[in-house]
Amino acid sequence: MKRSKPTSLSKSNSKLRPLKTIPVRSRSQLKELQTLMASALFRPLTAKDRMLPRWIDGSSMAAVAERFIKPNDRLSAFERLEIYNRVYWFRILDCLYDDYPGLRAIVGPRKFMKLATAYLAKYPSVSFTLRNLGQRLEQFLREEPHWIAPHRELALDMTRFEWAQVVAFDDPAQPVITTDYILDTPPAKLRLGLQPYLSLLELNYAVDKFFLAVQKRDSGVLRDEASNTFEAMPSTSSRKKPVQLPKREHVHVVVHRYNNMLYYKRLEPEAFAMLQALRRGLTVEKACTNALASTRRPGVDWPTQIKDWFDNWSSLGWFCRRS
Amino acid sequence: MPASPYNGFTNYGIGLGLRVPHYRHILSKKPVVDWFEIISENFMVDGGRPLEVLDQILEQYRVVQHGVAMYFGSADRLNREHLKKLKRLVKRTNTPWLSDHLCWGSVDGRYTHDLLPMPYTFAAARTTAANIREAQDFLEVPICVENVSSYAEFHASEMTEWEFLSEVVELADCGILLDVNNIYVSSKNHNFDPYEYLNNVPHHRVGQIHIAGHSKFEKYILDTHDHPVLDLVWKMYGHAIKLVGKTATLLEWDDRIPTFKEVHDEALKANKFVEKQFETSAA
Repeated sequence: MKRSKPTSLSKSNSKLRPLKTIPVRSRSQLKELQTLMASALFRPLTAKDRMLPRWIDGSSMAAVAERFIKPNDRLSAFERLEIYNRVYWFRILDCLYDDYPGLRAIVGPRKFMKLATAYLAKYPSVSFTLRNLGQRLEQFLREEPHWIAPHRELALDMTRFEWAQVVAFDDPAQPVITTDYILDTPPAKLRLGLQPYLSLLELNYAVDKFFLAVQKRDSGVLRDEASNTFEAMPSTSSRKKPVQLPKREHVHVVVHRYNNMLYYKRLEPEAFAMLQALRRGLTVEKACTNALASTRRPGVDWPTQIKDWFDNWSSLGWFCRRS
Repeated sequence: MPASPYNGFTNYGIGLGLRVPHYRHILSKKPVVDWFEIISENFMVDGGRPLEVLDQILEQYRVVQHGVAMYFGSADRLNREHLKKLKRLVKRTNTPWLSDHLCWGSVDGRYTHDLLPMPYTFAAARTTAANIREAQDFLEVPICVENVSSYAEFHASEMTEWEFLSEVVELADCGILLDVNNIYVSSKNHNFDPYEYLNNVPHHRVGQIHIAGHSKFEKYILDTHDHPVLDLVWKMYGHAIKLVGKTATLLEWDDRIPTFKEVHDEALKANKFVEKQFETSAA
């Protein structure tokens, strides 16, 4: 559910006389104006979704806006700049809101919007595509864990899991290594790469199952891809039934794609360790030895088990040449 | 304009924006559509579902690329990595021309993801034109720049928006993607006559036209692309067609997207104006 779009803007002090206006007679002056305007847009909105009334140095924002923006017969310079300030925040928060439904379900929609605002204020987008907006979210949450208290580990697991889905969706695929190549190369010499779109996640919570439960609850939501459209601020009040948070559970998950569809696959610890070792560049022989060194599962026919795993992973196209 | 250097000497008709909610319908029903416009950035990826869909579309349809993040008007130099990715996509789609906006949107590598208005000055026009020329040289495909809808004007401006657009495209020797709805929106927000705008751009450079719907608020109009085209905008479109001739036209519908048929039917209304103009010219 989205909050309705704003239909009016608050009155700013239009009686303030402009300070010296900013000329644009060179590339450097253009840069100066664009830097000023971008700085204004990157500043978060007030609690009521308005532009902050004070500039960085404490001076009147209305006076700053009047330095470069003309008022018209209906809107002050402040109000005209505020339109862009709001559109900026509505758009990027809407994007993060769509990309992190699991994290949102863990911390709650209201707290999610606050942490998303704090994150984007600290780490504005540095990519031409909104696809990468969440790239530094995990880092941010590790730096400022109070945003995800008291569910720190769970929230971090979910953040990693949801970013892994972005990676799995459209990161590159390398040519798949053939079974013949694998069989023809001695295990002591064979090194395998893993597809770049594949993420290996060792998690403290079964966030894969939790995510699916959230997705089931929220089904029907489509991600917008508009170019120049206005997005309302995502809703912070949810009437949706909360999904019960998962209990602590040590799981190993691969997030990958197959036939361009996203999948999450649970792995046994030994299998996970093997893939991790392969990604680190160990030979197949070393990866197998290391992975089984600390196994506590008796009675397993490991040669058969390993063959089955490799057959399965090969059929899923996970192996490629090491770059 | 009909076939010209600015649209790669093509004669495309009425097109539609390729949008996710319509993928399934398009790929399964294969409706007759003259061409699709794609948002370049959505396909500037290295793999996965987006490129799979694009390749399937390319097997059946003609595609034109429309960008939202080149930011020709940014004071910073163009991002070469962005250009390289864009060129890879150009090679994939064989787009006869590509478009992006006459705007800025990033500073020092930080992105606003918005189409921000330019100050209409000669210095800004020179900077923008230099960026367009650089992109055009690198991409080796004609570029059309689109006028954006705006909600603010700058004290620094030395000319009107249409004078600025004309100055930029002449300096850059590029085409125009004339967004009729954006002209209407900006004319209401900035109190100018939209027909004066239409009458005073270099018509021979118009390689493509956009039409769309918008949202009216108490004190301003927002370009939301979430409604059918208003009658006043259709009227302006008819006038534009008289001035520029039969031109590739695309309906943008990006939010609250209805069924494919509804969007397509709305777009095909443009034919009425094109045919009317053709009949008038023939008589």
